Amino acid sequence: MSADTTNPVFKSGILRWIDDRLPILSWGYDEFVAYPAPKNLNYWWNFGSLAGLMLTIQIVTGIVLVMQYTPNTTMAFASVEHIMRDVNYGWLLRYAHANGASMFFVVVYIHIARGLYYGSYKAPRELLWMLGVVIFLLMMATAFMGYVLPWGQMSFWGAKVITNLFSAIPFVGEPIVTWLWGGFSVDNPTLNRFFSLHYLLPFIITAVVFLHILALHQFGSNNPTGIDISKKDKIPFHPYYTVKDSFGVGVFFLIYAFFVFFAPNVLGHPDNYIPANPLVTPPHIVPEWYFLPFYAILRSTVYEQLFTPLGIFAWFGITAKLMGVIAMFASIAVLFVLPWLDTSRVRSARFRPIYKWLFWVFVADVVLLGWVGGQVPTEGVVWIGQFATLYYFIHFLVLVPLLGKFERPSRLPESINKPVLGGAPGGAQAQPAE
Amino acid sequence: MADAAVRSDQGGVGADGADPGTRRDFLELLAWSTMGVGAISLAWPLVASMNPSADVLAVSSTEVKIDGIPEGSAITVTWRGSPVFVRHRTAQEIQEAEAVDVSTLRDPQTDEERVEKPEWLVVVGVCTHLGCVPVGNRPTDNRGEFGGWFCPCHGSQFDTSGRIRKGPAPLNLVVPAYAFEDDSTISIG
Repeated sequence: MSADTTNPVFKSGILRWIDDRLPILSWGYDEFVAYPAPKNLNYWWNFGSLAGLMLTIQIVTGIVLVMQYTPNTTMAFASVEHIMRDVNYGWLLRYAHANGASMFFVVVYIHIARGLYYGSYKAPRELLWMLGVVIFLLMMATAFMGYVLPWGQMSFWGAKVITNLFSAIPFVGEPIVTWLWGGFSVDNPTLNRFFSLHYLLPFIITAVVFLHILALHQFGSNNPTGIDISKKDKIPFHPYYTVKDSFGVGVFFLIYAFFVFFAPNVLGHPDNYIPANPLVTPPHIVPEWYFLPFYAILRSTVYEQLFTPLGIFAWFGITAKLMGVIAMFASIAVLFVLPWLDTSRVRSARFRPIYKWLFWVFVADVVLLGWVGGQVPTEGVVWIGQFATLYYFIHFLVLVPLLGKFERPSRLPESINKPVLGGAPGGAQAQPAE
Repeated sequence: MADAAVRSDQGGVGADGADPGTRRDFLELLAWSTMGVGAISLAWPLVASMNPSADVLAVSSTEVKIDGIPEGSAITVTWRGSPVFVRHRTAQEIQEAEAVDVSTLRDPQTDEERVEKPEWLVVVGVCTHLGCVPVGNRPTDNRGEFGGWFCPCHGSQFDTSGRIRKGPAPLNLVVPAYAFEDDSTISIG
């Protein structure tokens, strides 16, 4: 890839022979060993490699689980119990996979938040960011369909409520839902196609991850100062970041293992240990925790209370149900255009005194939405959800564009080297890691 | 001759500035359109295979014995994988359903339009909001303010004709196509 990295000298003649004909070895060397990374990356930069690790773990445990699972409405639930009780280490594989999905989302949410804080989405890394949003969307689809496979009550009713969202589309909604289901309700054809797609999508994610890395290595990683840096401020990925990432993996595994071994069901819903029953709806349907903020946006969008004025859209045939679906998809679509909404040319929030705070307000808003998504929608909860939804969009559509025009950023360092090694006024004071 | 053909193939612009198009443009358009039609034709079986299959369509009718349903109660039967409520209405419930001023309803329908015989109400037991199953088949259930059904998911309330009266659902509970085979049997679908 990078033409200026020194070519590896493979000692083995066989390796040289192979690399001469198929340069995959030097490609791997250039991208994952010699790759010049900024020398000041902090621990928030660990989460990219952690996400890659989680993808690998999900694929490996998933492939083995499929060998024991039966995608049929009459047998799916029993086959999951068979995995839990009879299969050697089946409990470990299933708990690692189910909690692995949660861990994957934790890691990816932190990874996204890091990008937001340090402005990693700004030019010239727009496509890198957009590919990341594509990965996020694919992850959501994969996780949703995976949750349906055990065919418990939450699997069934989650599938039913979410697929029913498409019925909000005018005119073609009902035929689309019938097509998605392969029948007139969520049933065996639905389970089978979800299984097929749940197996397919992780490999598509893998392909997009390679594009993500390709785009990353085009301009190199962003760094906590957000400034463009010279070669002098870069160090080879190996051993400096391989060892730092490995340390992060160790810490991360402690948390992951806590859930797998000591609280394997705390992130799930007990109703999913009841076999699916198409005739009885559980009293309170909630999605998995990582979907709650988006579910809250969906459910808060009713033409009542704060959003009563939106009722004028009903005149144009946009029902509240359709509007909720539009708002939910818009909450992710807005991320696609974020590089162009943000008018500030300063990347890192370190040098943006107002954005630094707005970032944390935004994080708090998403957490609040997550809480709202898990509650029974009483009137008070809907009020909170509507204000939080409104703020979510105000953040991206009003505050971020205006801030670039009105905020006065603090002075940027000339290079990473200077502030650390004493070039900056005030002498040799190392910046504390953030 | 060949020179002229090449020149015109490279998008010869007429004296008036308009592109007259060449034979090659036409052939290119034809080739792309044919490929497009071919690609759609090949994709169609893949897409159509995900629609309901013949066996799913075949089990789309159900027979129900209704003589055992006590007055004031409903039973749930499965039709096309969804619950269908068959309710034996009391005289008071019929009277309540008929007395409603239709113009006040969100999805205006008279009770007559929704039943074959007044004492029997047949509706698909799927909330028109997001597909949950409302409760209210037993007289002891929470039937909501209007005595019909109450959806536990988001609080929609239906009257004794299965019409939406309160809550987020946009439409009445759907009345499936059904017919009385005899006094004690109906066929749904």
